[in-house]
Amino acid sequence: MIQLDFAAVLVDWPLLLRGAALTLALTAAATVLGLALGIACARARTHGPAAVRALAAGYVELIRNTPFIVQLFFIFFGLPSLGARLSSEAASVIAMTLNLGAYAAEIVRAGIEATPRGQLEAARSLAMTERQVFLRVVLPPSLGRVWPAMVSQIVIVMLGSAVCGQIATQELSYSTNLIMSRNFRSFEANFVAAALYLGMAVMLRQALGWAGRRWLFGRAARAGR
Amino acid sequence: MSLQRRPFLTLALLATLGLLEPTAAFADSALDTIMAKKSIAIAIPTDFPPYGFVGTDMAPQGLDVDMARLIATKLGATVELVPVTSANRIPYLQTHKADLVISTLGKNPDREKVIDFTAAYSPFFQAVFAPKAMALKSPGDLAGKTIAVTRGAIEDMELTKIAPAGADIKRFEDNNATVSAFVSGQAQVIATGASVAGNMMARNPQLATEFKLLLKDSPNFIGVAKGDDKLRLKVNEIIASARASGEIDKLCIKWLGRPAGDLPN
Repeated sequence: MIQLDFAAVLVDWPLLLRGAALTLALTAAATVLGLALGIACARARTHGPAAVRALAAGYVELIRNTPFIVQLFFIFFGLPSLGARLSSEAASVIAMTLNLGAYAAEIVRAGIEATPRGQLEAARSLAMTERQVFLRVVLPPSLGRVWPAMVSQIVIVMLGSAVCGQIATQELSYSTNLIMSRNFRSFEANFVAAALYLGMAVMLRQALGWAGRRWLFGRAARAGR
Repeated sequence: MSLQRRPFLTLALLATLGLLEPTAAFADSALDTIMAKKSIAIAIPTDFPPYGFVGTDMAPQGLDVDMARLIATKLGATVELVPVTSANRIPYLQTHKADLVISTLGKNPDREKVIDFTAAYSPFFQAVFAPKAMALKSPGDLAGKTIAVTRGAIEDMELTKIAPAGADIKRFEDNNATVSAFVSGQAQVIATGASVAGNMMARNPQLATEFKLLLKDSPNFIGVAKGDDKLRLKVNEIIASARASGEIDKLCIKWLGRPAGDLPN
């Protein structure tokens, strides 16, 4: 039986805390940007002209059918050869945003396509513009319908950000690996990291559930149901 | 099973030993065999650039390979290169499949129990490398620079010890990622082993990378069979004269980008 020594890991708590904070910050940035990108792509795929639809579909398929770490490496190691040099953090946010955007587009699209025809016809009969119809009648209840799936996807992106440590982004898994390489307490370090990720994921779920009702679809969802 | 109860086996064993005795005496030193055959078998690495690797022409090349050729030439023998790996280079010597091992072999007490070592013939080291244009003379100059290093490697430990507070150390998972970060310009400086750096410099001459700061030295020795003092002393003689004549420095500059420096005997 190996001797467990959690103190050897926990003594580095400032490093773990900094890592966890950066993981949350990356997730927050990617959530806001990724949601906006996802909604834009969902709109493009449902309402856009043929060329725009094809472009959005291409993006969604490209991202959803390649591994996240490959996308991350392409942005961090590949783009500099095209002249775009990004910091580890910027590359991480861009990769997470692009990744979330593609999945969010499909989730939002499902919500949009489930909009009852009657609501659309009612809105148009009130002489609302297409833009007003989308933003006020279609989108908010759509988001309300798919929000649980969206929250799960955002949690997956947060957990997926663990690989951003591979490009020296100093998030939680980077801190964990650094501690492990110093004291060889890999079981304890991974255990602590897993506990932190679990706590963060549960908190994130709660916070996003509340934020969705508060800002995105609260009134509309109540009115629509 | 005891030998007393198996007289035939005991006899056979004794006979074998008796037969081997004169052979062993004859091959007292591999040097005699080498001089008689005018040929020497030298174990070299083929997976460890720039010390030993296979070029595009499929022929082994590198510092260790050049060193093997140099020793063979000095002995007036033709060289027979025996490709080995890190794991089997000592067994090759113990079983006389090779007369010498020139394969980035570091000296440590465990190895000294089973083989003998000549004087050091080349440096192996972890160091800081950067473009020629960058002024980097002391650890203090690392402040404000982004340095790529492989997490947990010897160079990470050494770099962490000497780096000033203002240095931005980026730790990567493996040597490939560390090298990619430096080559793509994501890091301005790289801290790595001589072998990785040599390979990287050979493939990316446009970066004009050069050796800047030494992190840790662990020189290479040539391995000879345990107790073969005649061969060991002869090789030591060759190494000493090659060091004095500058031939070893020339090899080190060619493959490692720096002179041999001080090598222990």
